[in-house]
Amino acid sequence: MDALRLLTPEITITIFAFAIISLDIAWNDENKSRRILPWLAFAGGLATLLMIFYIWPHVDQYNYTAATDAGREVPMLAVDRMSLFFKMIAVLTVILVGLSAGEYVEKHTPFRGEFYGLMLLAGLSIMLLVSSTNLIMIYLALEFLSITSYILTGFLRRDARSIEAALKYFLYGALASGVMLYGFSLLYGATGSVDLATIAGSLETTQAGLVVAAVILMLAGFGFKIALVPFHQWSPDAYEGAPTPITAFLSVGPKAAGLAVLIRVMVVALPAFDVNWTPILSLVAIFTMSVGNLVALWQTNMKRMLAYSSIAQAGYMLVGLAAWSAAPPSAVAYLGGVDAIMLFLLAYMFTNLGVFAIAIILENQMGTSEIADYAGLIRRSPYLSVALLIFFLSLVGIPPTSGFIGKLFVFGAAVNQGLYVLALFGVFNSVISVAYYFGVLRNVFFEKGSDESPIRVGVAMNTVVTITVVMTLLIALYGQPFIQLAADSAQILAANF
Amino acid sequence: MIESIPLSYYLLLSATLFTIGAAGVLIRRNTIIILMCVEMMMNAVNLTFIAFSRFLDSATGQVFVFMIMAVAAVEVAIGLALLVELNRHKDAVDINQFNSLKG
Repeated sequence: MDALRLLTPEITITIFAFAIISLDIAWNDENKSRRILPWLAFAGGLATLLMIFYIWPHVDQYNYTAATDAGREVPMLAVDRMSLFFKMIAVLTVILVGLSAGEYVEKHTPFRGEFYGLMLLAGLSIMLLVSSTNLIMIYLALEFLSITSYILTGFLRRDARSIEAALKYFLYGALASGVMLYGFSLLYGATGSVDLATIAGSLETTQAGLVVAAVILMLAGFGFKIALVPFHQWSPDAYEGAPTPITAFLSVGPKAAGLAVLIRVMVVALPAFDVNWTPILSLVAIFTMSVGNLVALWQTNMKRMLAYSSIAQAGYMLVGLAAWSAAPPSAVAYLGGVDAIMLFLLAYMFTNLGVFAIAIILENQMGTSEIADYAGLIRRSPYLSVALLIFFLSLVGIPPTSGFIGKLFVFGAAVNQGLYVLALFGVFNSVISVAYYFGVLRNVFFEKGSDESPIRVGVAMNTVVTITVVMTLLIALYGQPFIQLAADSAQILAANF
Repeated sequence: MIESIPLSYYLLLSATLFTIGAAGVLIRRNTIIILMCVEMMMNAVNLTFIAFSRFLDSATGQVFVFMIMAVAAVEVAIGLALLVELNRHKDAVDINQFNSLKG
């Protein structure tokens, strides 16, 4: 396929994003833009998703011959199964968040065109980031994602908390990207190249100390996006202050993007380099899981609790990467662990966006997201209560939900590589997480709330909750196609094997 | 004469600049000074890139520097805009006073 056709998803989402922003300016009619723009964003997301499915069969690992940038159809970007999978995650996130944002956006801000336009652009930045094979492209895409996220986090200009969250996010982000850049510059100095595959080829000849320092500095930048401990401090504040739909987006989109670029750098650039990454990755995974779960126990605000919960979930995903790095060097093409991460991420996306959809519905109705206000939800909306139960079962990892399958594969990959302690920590952390998820459920099912009025759920919201519930159950009950999808997606262009 | 200055001098200078910048971000409480320190870190990185670019005789490093400069300008624009907005709610630039979110 030629370059233009390989990039149709990116081109589609860009056209829709700019169409939304310019139509918002062109139409002075408040009513018109309010009715049409959200649907235009939805259509843009669907069109992009269709384009991804259209390219999918044409891309497989035998299509590529040129490993380095120079000889490929699309220099700097790898259109491979892995990037397409992550693009699918990004677009699905944009679609589901866009659908659930409607009423919230209408209530809180007059700038609807910018909101949906920036959401699509944030989706575009993730799509670029997950396929970058060049340090320059990684940096530009990462900053693109950061800057759209800062603006979206501070979108509620009249709300001091939203602006404060954005400023904190920005300050941590600027520091992290500076540190990451320093790592890039050292890596460039050590290898003389910014192309990941070329870096892989010239790593053996260079000094180990410089490269280890460079990689650890780079990890700071990626870890910031994924919110790994110790680069997680921004996330609770940003999650709490941001508009709730954006919190939902931040909990999936940037995490997936950061993980994808981390996987690509690890798999493409570093295998030739003889350093054992397993202890570092395992240690970060253990700390991320434990800190996330332990601090979540004390939270009283739903968004803040979900922030710590999603830090912990990122820790589980990193277990998969640690498992990959522990594979013996003889099995170079072994991507077990990477496919586990993908399956986990797919399950996590639907589950977490479902939880956030419920949080948005309740916030629209009650104006707060305190866990105490969830009391007596079972009498106000039995459907939402049961959906919340299913989502939390999935986040803990109890069958028959998708979270169970995801954790089974991730921890299974760790056990396969003999990382028993890491797997044990993962299971132990899942047990801790029962406490805070079920604390919310106890409120929902057994406490008596002060307000007994039924919860009103709009059509778009109902669709989101239904889709996410169905997918959360489907991935577990009819898992074979999804497991196959994850296994097929673990194919990485320009990897050194 | 410039040719005779060894690479390590540039690297030491940029490492020092980077450390001063990073320390400033972590220690200073005035948001505007923090922004200046971030800028300093970026410029330390730029210096490293250019030194390596010269040393390796490859233009890629200089291209990277242009990208960094453009992005740094955008970032500062966003940062200052956020600070101005926050100032409308609270008359301060000290980040210790931006404490409505915690737990």
